[in-house]
Amino acid sequence: MFDKILIANRGEIACRVIKTARKMGIRTVAVYSDADKQALHVQMADEAVHIGPPQANQSYIVIDKIMAAIRSSGAQAVHPGYGFLSENPKFAEALEAAGIAFVGPPKGAIESMGDKITSKKIAQEAGVSTVPGYMGLIEDADEAVKISGEIGYPVMIKASAGGGGKGMRIAWNDQEAREGFQSSKNEAANSFGDDRIFIEKFVTQPRHIEIQVLADQHGNAVYLHERECSIQRRNQKVVEEAPSPFLDPETRKAMGEQAVALAKAVGYTSAGTVEFIVDGDKNFYFLEMNTRLQVEHPVTELITGIDLVEQMIRVANGEALPFAQDDLKINGWAIENRLYAEDPYRNFLPSIGRLTRYRPPAEGALGDGVVRNDTGVYEGGEISMYYDPMIAKLCTWAPTRAQAIEAQRLALDTFEVEGIGHNLPFLSAVMDHPKFVSGDMTTAFIAEEYPDGFSGVALDEPARRRVAAACAAMNRVAEIRRTRVSGRLDNHERRVGENWVVQAGGEVPWPLVVKADHGGSTVTFEDGAALRVEGDWTPGDSLARMRVDGVPLVLKVDKITQGFRIRTRGADMKVHVRSPRQAELAALMPEKLPPDTSKLLLCPMPGMIVKVDVEAGQEVQEGQALCTVEAMKMENILRAERRGVVSRVNAGPGDSLAVDDVIMEFE
Amino acid sequence: MKDILEELQARRENARLGGGETRIAAQHARGKLTARERIELLLDEDSFEEYDTFVAHRCTDFGMQGNRPYGDGVVTGWGTINGRMVYVFSQDFTVLGGSVSATHAAKICKIMDMAMQNGAPVIGINDSGGARIQEGVDSLAGYGEVFQRNIMASGVVPQISLIMGPCAGGAVYSPAMTDFIFMVKDSSYMFVTGPDVVKTVTNEQVTAEELGGASTHTRKSSVADGAFENDVEALAEVRRLVDFLPLSNREKPPVRPFFDDVDRVETSLDTLVPENPNLPYDMKELILKVADEGDFYEIQEEFAKNMITGFIRLEGQTVGVVANQPLVLAGVLDIDSARKAARFVRFCDCFEIPILTLVDVPGFLPGTGQEYRGVIKHGAKLLFAYGEATVPKVTVITRKAYGGAYVVMASKHLRSDVNYAWPTAEIAVMGAKGATEIIHRADLGDPDKIAAHAAEYEDRFANPFVAAERGFVDEVIQPRSTRKRVARAFAMLRNKKLQNPWKKHDNIPL
Repeated sequence: MFDKILIANRGEIACRVIKTARKMGIRTVAVYSDADKQALHVQMADEAVHIGPPQANQSYIVIDKIMAAIRSSGAQAVHPGYGFLSENPKFAEALEAAGIAFVGPPKGAIESMGDKITSKKIAQEAGVSTVPGYMGLIEDADEAVKISGEIGYPVMIKASAGGGGKGMRIAWNDQEAREGFQSSKNEAANSFGDDRIFIEKFVTQPRHIEIQVLADQHGNAVYLHERECSIQRRNQKVVEEAPSPFLDPETRKAMGEQAVALAKAVGYTSAGTVEFIVDGDKNFYFLEMNTRLQVEHPVTELITGIDLVEQMIRVANGEALPFAQDDLKINGWAIENRLYAEDPYRNFLPSIGRLTRYRPPAEGALGDGVVRNDTGVYEGGEISMYYDPMIAKLCTWAPTRAQAIEAQRLALDTFEVEGIGHNLPFLSAVMDHPKFVSGDMTTAFIAEEYPDGFSGVALDEPARRRVAAACAAMNRVAEIRRTRVSGRLDNHERRVGENWVVQAGGEVPWPLVVKADHGGSTVTFEDGAALRVEGDWTPGDSLARMRVDGVPLVLKVDKITQGFRIRTRGADMKVHVRSPRQAELAALMPEKLPPDTSKLLLCPMPGMIVKVDVEAGQEVQEGQALCTVEAMKMENILRAERRGVVSRVNAGPGDSLAVDDVIMEFE
Repeated sequence: MKDILEELQARRENARLGGGETRIAAQHARGKLTARERIELLLDEDSFEEYDTFVAHRCTDFGMQGNRPYGDGVVTGWGTINGRMVYVFSQDFTVLGGSVSATHAAKICKIMDMAMQNGAPVIGINDSGGARIQEGVDSLAGYGEVFQRNIMASGVVPQISLIMGPCAGGAVYSPAMTDFIFMVKDSSYMFVTGPDVVKTVTNEQVTAEELGGASTHTRKSSVADGAFENDVEALAEVRRLVDFLPLSNREKPPVRPFFDDVDRVETSLDTLVPENPNLPYDMKELILKVADEGDFYEIQEEFAKNMITGFIRLEGQTVGVVANQPLVLAGVLDIDSARKAARFVRFCDCFEIPILTLVDVPGFLPGTGQEYRGVIKHGAKLLFAYGEATVPKVTVITRKAYGGAYVVMASKHLRSDVNYAWPTAEIAVMGAKGATEIIHRADLGDPDKIAAHAAEYEDRFANPFVAAERGFVDEVIQPRSTRKRVARAFAMLRNKKLQNPWKKHDNIPL
């Protein structure tokens, strides 16, 4: 076995590989750029080599720099992780030339699978099902109809030069194929000056399902079943699971065997993934093969019990796979949620900055399941703008899918991230979405279910009642503590009453009675319904792990005036707990509408004004640069959203501004 | 006997109705609560003890004898906040517009005298149209009596003012002399002369809100220490503030049970100070991570943001925090920040509240804008305040402590008790570049030489150890253990006794 392995990557995957290497008794070498000097993978590795400036094209993907790090550290093998150099045949070649083991497939396999057309051809030859279609030129409408009939409806008629939906038609019968061909051809001629048309099968209700394969250098290859990755946002996977709730054993076997056939056809070794698109009738078609470890590999590990990184290292070391296809069973269910540093409320804009708080749920048992969290960051670390915004992969495993989902809900509620925008609320929302829960999803899930973006979850009444009851019980603890302050007037202490009014998320306030005993509190609503609240929350705890009627409820808690800001299950709301009299008077308070900001230019991020391009009285056009704000060493040009006249400029070069400070006003 | 009891009941009910239901409805329509409703929210339930319910004015001019409502436009008495005694007066805008008459003022004076004698804070709720013009000089005399008591009570009992409606003309000077002023957004304003007079005299057109609203006084003038969304929130937050304050200068600051680990280690603080010394960071993160339960009551949050002031608790006991904020103007000291911090330090010293100072200061802000406005005298206020303070003082230098600003920010030389520095601290007369250009003036033409000299200076002074060698820093500590070190330092200082020489009073450069 190797003594020392270099990981040519960063972030969570570098940490992931280091963990397995350490378990195997192999020393590890990290590489890092200027931006990663204090990164977790650098701290975890036995040694670390600096490889240059933050930009990946000057550090992580410069083959010469990695080769130099290998030489200086004396590593005998390299694990490339995913991304960066992982699918670069030149890197594999350089390693081969230097006599260093590459923990990945042979160069030839990378090359042939790296090209869309070649890979499809090889797949077809290997008997892998590909999207049926006719790549040749189609002369006229009659031929189009004939070909469409051969492929089977529905079909997609596409312009060769097409793009942006232009020159594209979907046909469900001969008539539509005939018309579609003509209109596509005309459109293509007009738009692109190129009227070549081809036809392929249109896949309805598409799901993204992929097969994990593993092959050694002795001709053995197996599949480790599938992963369903249909929950994607703009082709970026967000939620993955294994197995797929959609496949039956026959389809699974057919897909697995084709994937293995493809692996064998290209002389594949190491771990790889064959991606398929699957339609509503369980017809599956080859998309591409990824010749590396996938981001979402943990779900496969969780259902098979196999450490893929370990197997990759052993294969690279020339060992034979220690199991055969029949040994590989599916045990339980695993779900992965990708935590991105993206603000879901601001259209998933990447968010950078300091992680002032980062407390993932504890790994290990949770409810009926198990939690695993692959991460590359830590509290106090910095999320920089140079790399992928994914900061953690939260996985849960449980005997059933429903239990794995429930474990995710709790784990997500327990996950504390502050200092940057993140998609935890969105992930929670998906875990509670009926379509996801039923397993009925396609790759269009996010686009269809969240067409206008994400604006948080509104809890239903039973859930709000549970939150209200928990907050009432917590408030009681906080209020009693307040009465224990020193300097009280003896015999005139304040007594904390049992009657409270809780207003959760701006809804109609609920009067309720909180009776406490040694084990917890019983909270009774006006309609007589009572909820039993238990938990060990004390003031200052940012997480309240409560049980309401025996069911776990985890709340992220911030203190606000007369109550709490609560985050749970993707909802973010203020919960006010007031005495009946306080509530009565609070109801008299005017509702203040948020100020109209449409005529203001607000600072979108904390930063410094470096330049103001306009002055008061000046007319500006839509898109015109108004000023430049420097934030995190990046210059951001703020532009006019519409035509208007500047009435006032409130900030000048050198001014430091906070988020939403008014930079200028318009007439 | 029964008749008499009924008579009392009837009179009380009459008094409680203030200006009557129509005026109460009008008050509510303005988004404001009545004087009595405000007291209810301020004090513990059923704890209010009212005095002078039946006081009425004695004015007979302009037909006033026909209009003598009970209480005379102000409700006064005492009650408790979480079981601790406070005195309160609350002006009733529904009764003669809350205008101040001789008797109205006398009611306020009465409870202020009690507060001083019995040692409890005075909380004033201001909602008044101003002087009762029909009374003329009697009304002014009333103001004067209140002012004099504000002055006498200053430093004896905490005085807190809530502005919950108009407060104009001479009336502003009573709140002005109290320790804290809080306003309510959109429904309160304070000014010496109103928009009409301003227009007549200076031709300036300005609304009451622009001239003296909450935003003006929290951001521009610094007259107010905070502003809240509405009456309910303001009163709840004043209750929260009172929990931090001692009842009088005869008592130690309050202690309450806390649910936090004194030894809590915050590893993330090790990376708070960025590697690049020119990058800012948020000092509030340090305050929140040091404080019990992350609870911080900020004073003057919106003003001079390059300096942070407010209260936290350590081991349940109140501590005042003064901190440079590198996020704003690099945390530089200037006129506004020096004034803000100086007043806060003096409040803490008045009431035996220990002071924690967190330092990252590149120096004083240069320029004519500062010098012409007297940064010398204003900066001296903070220096003076720190130097005269006899309460326990603990200082942590996180990064820059340059020049005179180093001395000002609770240095060892100003009798600070325990001064810690993080390993990232740089205690020097100035930044390396500036220092080099002075020391090595002869080499100014040679950038290479200058760079070498700067590096040399940095090596020598851009660290806490030169100061530590001299004992100006008591210990260099790990950032992660700041909470524990600071809490233990204040524990050690619990019985600190230090007295300044006798004097009638000092002569701080006002």
